[in-house]
Amino acid sequence: MRKTDTHPGEWRWEEDGVTITRTIAWSGPGCHSQCGLLVYSKDNRVLKVEGDPATPYSEGRLCLRCLALPKVVHHPDRLTRPLKRVGQRGEGKWEQITWDEAYGLIIEKTRKIQAQYGPESIAVMMGTGRNIWHIGAKLAYTGFGTPNVCMLFSGLSCYAPRLRVMPITQGFFCVADCSQMFPDRFDNPAWKVPECVLVWGNNPLVSNPDSFMGWWLVECMKRGSKLIVVDPRRTWLATKAETWLQIRPGTDAALALAMINVIIEEGLYDKEFVEKWTFGFDKLRERARQYTPDKVEKITWIPKEKIIEAARFYANSKPAAIQWGVGFEQANSGISSILALQALWGITGNLDVPGGNIINKPTTFREIPPPLWGRQELSSELKKKRIGGKEYPLVPMAQPDILIDAMLTGKPYPIKMAWIQSSNPIACMGADSKKTLQALEAMDFVVVADLFMTPTAMAAADLILPVSSALERDAIRAECYETAWWGPIRTVNKVVQVGECKSDEEIILELGKRLNPEGFPWKNVEEMLDFLLQATGKSFKELREQGAPRYFPFEYRKYEKGLLRADGKPGFETENGKFLLSVPYFEKIGLDGLPYFDEPPESPFSTPELAKEYPLVLTTGARHWGLFSSEQRQIPELREIHPNPITEIHPETAEKYGIKDGDWIWIENMRGKCKQIAKVTASIDKRVVHAQHGWWFPEKPGPAPSLFGVFESNINLLVPYGQQGPSGYCAPYRCGICRIRKVQEE
Amino acid sequence: MTRYGLLIDYEFCTGCHTCEMACKQENDFGVGKTGIKVNEIGPMQTGPDKWALDYVPVPTDLCDLCSKRVSEGKKPSCVMHCQAGVMKYAPVNELVKFMELKAKTVIFAPR
Ligand code: SF4
Ligand code: SF4
Ligand code: SF4
Repeated sequence: MRKTDTHPGEWRWEEDGVTITRTIAWSGPGCHSQCGLLVYSKDNRVLKVEGDPATPYSEGRLCLRCLALPKVVHHPDRLTRPLKRVGQRGEGKWEQITWDEAYGLIIEKTRKIQAQYGPESIAVMMGTGRNIWHIGAKLAYTGFGTPNVCMLFSGLSCYAPRLRVMPITQGFFCVADCSQMFPDRFDNPAWKVPECVLVWGNNPLVSNPDSFMGWWLVECMKRGSKLIVVDPRRTWLATKAETWLQIRPGTDAALALAMINVIIEEGLYDKEFVEKWTFGFDKLRERARQYTPDKVEKITWIPKEKIIEAARFYANSKPAAIQWGVGFEQANSGISSILALQALWGITGNLDVPGGNIINKPTTFREIPPPLWGRQELSSELKKKRIGGKEYPLVPMAQPDILIDAMLTGKPYPIKMAWIQSSNPIACMGADSKKTLQALEAMDFVVVADLFMTPTAMAAADLILPVSSALERDAIRAECYETAWWGPIRTVNKVVQVGECKSDEEIILELGKRLNPEGFPWKNVEEMLDFLLQATGKSFKELREQGAPRYFPFEYRKYEKGLLRADGKPGFETENGKFLLSVPYFEKIGLDGLPYFDEPPESPFSTPELAKEYPLVLTTGARHWGLFSSEQRQIPELREIHPNPITEIHPETAEKYGIKDGDWIWIENMRGKCKQIAKVTASIDKRVVHAQHGWWFPEKPGPAPSLFGVFESNINLLVPYGQQGPSGYCAPYRCGICRIRKVQEE
Repeated sequence: MTRYGLLIDYEFCTGCHTCEMACKQENDFGVGKTGIKVNEIGPMQTGPDKWALDYVPVPTDLCDLCSKRVSEGKKPSCVMHCQAGVMKYAPVNELVKFMELKAKTVIFAPR
């Protein structure tokens, strides 16, 4: 018996003079997941981190990033005191100040900017994979009083589009069913092994995306699940798949429509489900007819036989699940891909059935707290001022492409202050990295809150706040993404204190109280967490005392049982109670209510002249095993696995350009260039290259112009702003064009 | 003395590097040393539309089969944390029985 197995009902205990704390890595460094941790500590030092066997979500397993957490927590480069800029921006000259001085400076600048330009001239920007989303919004709306909160991310192109669309079309979020709703997991008798899993636009083994652990899929494969994989790269999963569809990046919507077409025209859809529960089938059928396998072969570069085979296999498998990812969202047709992929589970009746795509609505409450907490407190006048609100009514946040322009031009009104928490937009996320920096440089006041000195902090910050890691904070994993990033509600438990770091919750509460005391009435973080947890009937301490997480009962086929709608009637919580294959609300706001394919704005087909000069399709952004976005570059054990940025090139293409495996190469286009190391591999199409994202080098000089080498290998230098789809969501991060050449010794 | 070993079902090893990091943490090896190393084999074309890409971790001379952990009744760290759940630790003669039932498996007896 493992010693650690004996404490499922405790959150902290002692073993041989060592303290063991049960918690999760939520968060800093970032991750979308919530694997259970047992943290061994002594005298304010983390000794090691192990998996928690009593957490069904992770069953004691951990990936390499959590196993390297002690190296992050006690890293000598951690920021440990607030730093005020004393030299020029980017010069790297800082003065250590106290938290009181830091808050004083923020209040002084905020008041001045609010008085001169209005509260809307403050923009709050956050990253992904950190527990900041609900409280960051609260700080923006209730603290600063600005409607402008977002990620500095063209088209908000990661999960935000899906999270916006799913509540409209089906009421709640949906996820592939790999038994995660049950504490006894794969043994639960109500669960079924998916006969087919369609893996689309993600490599979940590496990315563990949106709180879906890749290894759940491997457990399904061990139990007989067969795969269809849609990916431009021949990944490990692709080699194991029944059918691998090597798609031209950015054409996912066309492929999905062709599959819908085959499924409908061959009569493979679930007629009963379609008739009883869906809206807009005939319209969808008509639209899909335009996407014949012949035509879509030319668009996607996938042989039509394979498209037909995949459509039949998905439709004939019962149950079949779709595990989708950010890949298709980082294209201008992203919203259409979302509609079309949802339609696949909608017309085949794979919705909310065991082993299909399940609706993860909690039984007793909706989201904790509501998404964009505090927004209702804004005056309607300020709500109207949201950047991009007029152009893009679908986007509830500030629309970042328009925000970037506002920062640079002062139109429609000046943006003067940037609050950047847990985000490093000039290294990752931000498109056109140099433009991103220019926009930040145009601000009167920039605050960056993070764990380490990042290129963004070095380049643009006037004030830097040191943030606690996951093991240094009390928090909850419930939040607005409780249903979107599913996992059982539980507490994050503080193990150690590093320097004077504060958690995001502490920073926002303490600052919020100074900015707007009535809006932040809680004495301390625990009181604020208790408030957030009200709907669960448990306080923070009570939840923590439970030890291992507890699961709520889960029901399949909730639409039949009246468990989805507020009025208790069967059906879906949508505008007409049906699952929407065609979306009336989209039509009302001037968008197409049906999916369609739009060619990427820069491609061999849409810009043939440009493509002569930049003949290769450039896709980016596949995740690294040991690095989350731009993080962990300073952890030696993880850099040992990922020493340098890699671009994958087909052998014939490499030969054509005189490039050998391991050469440094330039990847360049109209916007900029960066250098990475060539990996010559037959796993990618001859016409496509894939370049890694998020690269900077903490070992290189920090002060400008180096900025830790952030403009040397950063693929986002080649990615545009302003080419988002018509809804304001989804931008072509993954479907640009480029040319490559060997870096010559100079 | 019974000989113990590590069985790896490399049909399902995803090459995630978790075993390497688990070992490094347990033994405080740091950069450049490891008790186990993941090897990539492929991608290699094996049929008209068939490609093989396999990962096989191999223990090194630094692997002591987690003797301290095992004496405390715990699983070896790599076995416990393995993302795909493809590692087993047991006496070699028991692992062989599993191997008879399952293709694409390998047993290492590092000591
Ligand atoms: S996926 Fe990895 S980094 Fe994320 S919580 Fe799980 S173990 Fe930690
Ligand atoms: S058994 Fe222990 S020592 Fe051997 S490789 Fe695994 S973790 Fe390292
Ligand atoms: S941890 Fe498991 S799945 Fe990952 S590389 Fe090692 S053996 Fe393979």
